[in-house]
Amino acid sequence: MDHYTVRKIIDRSMRIFAYLALIVALIPLFSIIGEVFLKGVSSVNINFFTQPSPTVGEAGGGVANAIQGTLITVGLASLIGVPLGLISGIFLSEYSEAKISSPIRFFNDVLSGFPSIVVGIFGYALIVRAIGFSVTAAAFALAIIMLPIVTRTTEEAMKLVPATVREAAIALGVPRWRTIVTVVLSGAKKGVATGILLAVARIAGESAPILVTMGYWRWWFAGLNQPVASLTLNIYIFAISPFENWQVLAWGSALVLVMLILGINIIVRAATREKYK
Amino acid sequence: MKKFSKGDNLFKLLTAVIASSIFLILGLMIYELAVGSRLSIQRFGIEFLVGTKWDPAITQVFGALPLILGTLATSAIALLIGVPISLGIGLALSEFSPKRFGFAFSFLVELLAAVPSVIYGLWGIFTLIPFLRNNIYLPLQAVFGFFPLFSGLVYGGGVLTAGIVLAIMIIPTISAISRDAFSAVPNTQREAMISLGATKWETAKTVMSYARTGVIGAIILGLGRAVGETMAVTMVIGNKFQLLPGSLFDAWYTMSAIIANEFTEATYDLYVSALIEVGLTLFFIALIINVLARLVVWRSLRLVRGIARE
Amino acid sequence: MSYKFEIENLNAWFGSKHVLRDISMKIREKAVTAIIGPSGCGKTTLIRCINRMHEIGPNARVSGKVLFNGIDIYAADVDPVQIRRKMGMVFQKPNPFPMMSIYDNVAAGLKLNGMRNREKLDTVVERSLKMAILWDEVKDDLNKSGASLSGGQQQRLCIARALAVEPEVMLMDEPASALDPIATAKLEVLIRMLAKDYTVVIVTHNMQQAARAADFTAFLYLGELIEYGPTKALFENPENELTEKYITGQFG
Repeated sequence: MDHYTVRKIIDRSMRIFAYLALIVALIPLFSIIGEVFLKGVSSVNINFFTQPSPTVGEAGGGVANAIQGTLITVGLASLIGVPLGLISGIFLSEYSEAKISSPIRFFNDVLSGFPSIVVGIFGYALIVRAIGFSVTAAAFALAIIMLPIVTRTTEEAMKLVPATVREAAIALGVPRWRTIVTVVLSGAKKGVATGILLAVARIAGESAPILVTMGYWRWWFAGLNQPVASLTLNIYIFAISPFENWQVLAWGSALVLVMLILGINIIVRAATREKYK
Repeated sequence: MKKFSKGDNLFKLLTAVIASSIFLILGLMIYELAVGSRLSIQRFGIEFLVGTKWDPAITQVFGALPLILGTLATSAIALLIGVPISLGIGLALSEFSPKRFGFAFSFLVELLAAVPSVIYGLWGIFTLIPFLRNNIYLPLQAVFGFFPLFSGLVYGGGVLTAGIVLAIMIIPTISAISRDAFSAVPNTQREAMISLGATKWETAKTVMSYARTGVIGAIILGLGRAVGETMAVTMVIGNKFQLLPGSLFDAWYTMSAIIANEFTEATYDLYVSALIEVGLTLFFIALIINVLARLVVWRSLRLVRGIARE
Repeated sequence: MSYKFEIENLNAWFGSKHVLRDISMKIREKAVTAIIGPSGCGKTTLIRCINRMHEIGPNARVSGKVLFNGIDIYAADVDPVQIRRKMGMVFQKPNPFPMMSIYDNVAAGLKLNGMRNREKLDTVVERSLKMAILWDEVKDDLNKSGASLSGGQQQRLCIARALAVEPEVMLMDEPASALDPIATAKLEVLIRMLAKDYTVVIVTHNMQQAARAADFTAFLYLGELIEYGPTKALFENPENELTEKYITGQFG
């Protein structure tokens, strides 16, 4: 049975390798979260949340303006991206028999894999050239990144609503469009909401498009045609800077960002877990 | 079927128009990128893609070949490291472990995908680079230093480091899709192998073979992600414009990294145009890869899961 | 005539559901034994306990003994992988490997066991396909995908695949249920031929099939073995009232 023993050894080795791969992949996750917490916690104090970014050579400083800026940018982007994505998703789900829906779905999927910096350049070309580096341009770019995500999750969520629900409403004489907007949408609202949350978490973490549409800004909000500060961009600028207090702020910002983004992800995935039971 | 409700027709039309905005967006994107690159295209023509000089200051000559090579090389390293690990994870979660553990672990792997690129960069600079330098690179050089790949100054960042960071970033994508592909293989296939007296690994090989279309699609998608990654790469690769790096430990440059690094400092039109042309090139490469991936994955798998970084 | 299997006090569970209750029976060598009974009576579970396939399911559990050639296959030191190698199984729905050719399907088990020699493989593949009465239909193009055949042919391919590794036993779980009447008839002829060299255990919900093809028949109801004996006797003169009710179509 020698060949058989060899097979047994190979079997065990491959299974061990597979589990090792799992562990190896998770080490960076724990390292990143651990480092962000350890190094970020030391920078978090009251100043952190109330002071704006420090200038060169200035000690201390905080990320208050960056938090404000990120909220504004993400909010603005969502204002554009969410309705667009929602309606697109509704169309794809309810009218999937239309000939145009296949190409729409296909190109949405293709867009979702695009480098975000290229989308940023698009924002630059379209908006920055017109009104200058601004939060509007950044929000535009982020909205485009958001669009395919919201579209797809909305479509999936609405598709999960059983056909019987639609049929019951139509049998009662409710026109199709009303059925969709009231009954189906409300049946899918959990999935739609989680999709939107995940999209928001995703764009909150983007920095490349912000670089090319706004650049670094260390003041407070100054108008829609001006840039704003951004947590993500600050991390980049501070991390590569030679100033230690800036680097400390980078970790602090990272902590805030990670808690926000991972927090959303964990809540969302925990909430949608029952789908898979 | 005749529709009598005007409201229905209007609604369908309105939603269709809005959903069709995707065509407008993509079309406009190509247009703007092309227009933005026009200056550079007119000046350099096809030479841009094979040019090896990037001198914004004196001669104002721009060439993108080293950037294209850098992008492809770092992505290739990412695949070389990331694909075996991802397949291992896919098998571990789908074939080798009981369902209960599978969920918790796959959830954790997906969290990796939710970490923003810039935080990978931050961690890369302050944690990974010192670690690699002291524990992996210097020992590697001590043993294999005669080999040109492992020669030269070791500062911890560079090509290999960028490839490693990219590998970590694409593992969630490839492993998640692969795992879905494996799970979709009908159980009767496994039972056929098991009844022939196959071990778990031998059965898993059959599953992988059955699911290979999905796995290929997953790998292509992972490649598409690696090609487009910007912040994490630019923060660890060293941003050195040269046709070829001296070794795996040497600094280099990618298409996305140069745009991130130099866009805000591009002070004159030709400079900006050259950078946009780099972006256009990246756009086309990403487009081809993503279309290819979607065509492959499209048929075999419909993704119903969380999106982060899809 | 000796016994290939001696099943003693076999119990099986799916979670808390007690699917097989205290089954004890002896299965004759080189004969066809049919297991019949209404849906849910446990007949598939019983056959899957014989090659230790039941236990790979979620929350599945087995207790009792199954003596195979005199040795209990559920003993602690027995490797299930080696047991399964000695028994061929054919499933309800034909499951050839679609990404492999007909040749590779049949050779799958052989390659697992390390057979590399091309000539040897050719010989065994041909012999197995002939035994499965499929050779003449596919011999001109063995490179076609295993899934490109008709349902009946696919099932015979699965039989060839199982036979290739030269098992001692053939276990068949409702092998004809997905097939049309002509393919079914061919299959029954094949089963009778196999019994010359193999011990065949076949699960079927089709009583006429059992009556035609099997030497011995076991009747299961709600996990219990109600009656077991030579087919002729069981059908013509059932001892148990339940058996009689079932075979006269009063339930199930």
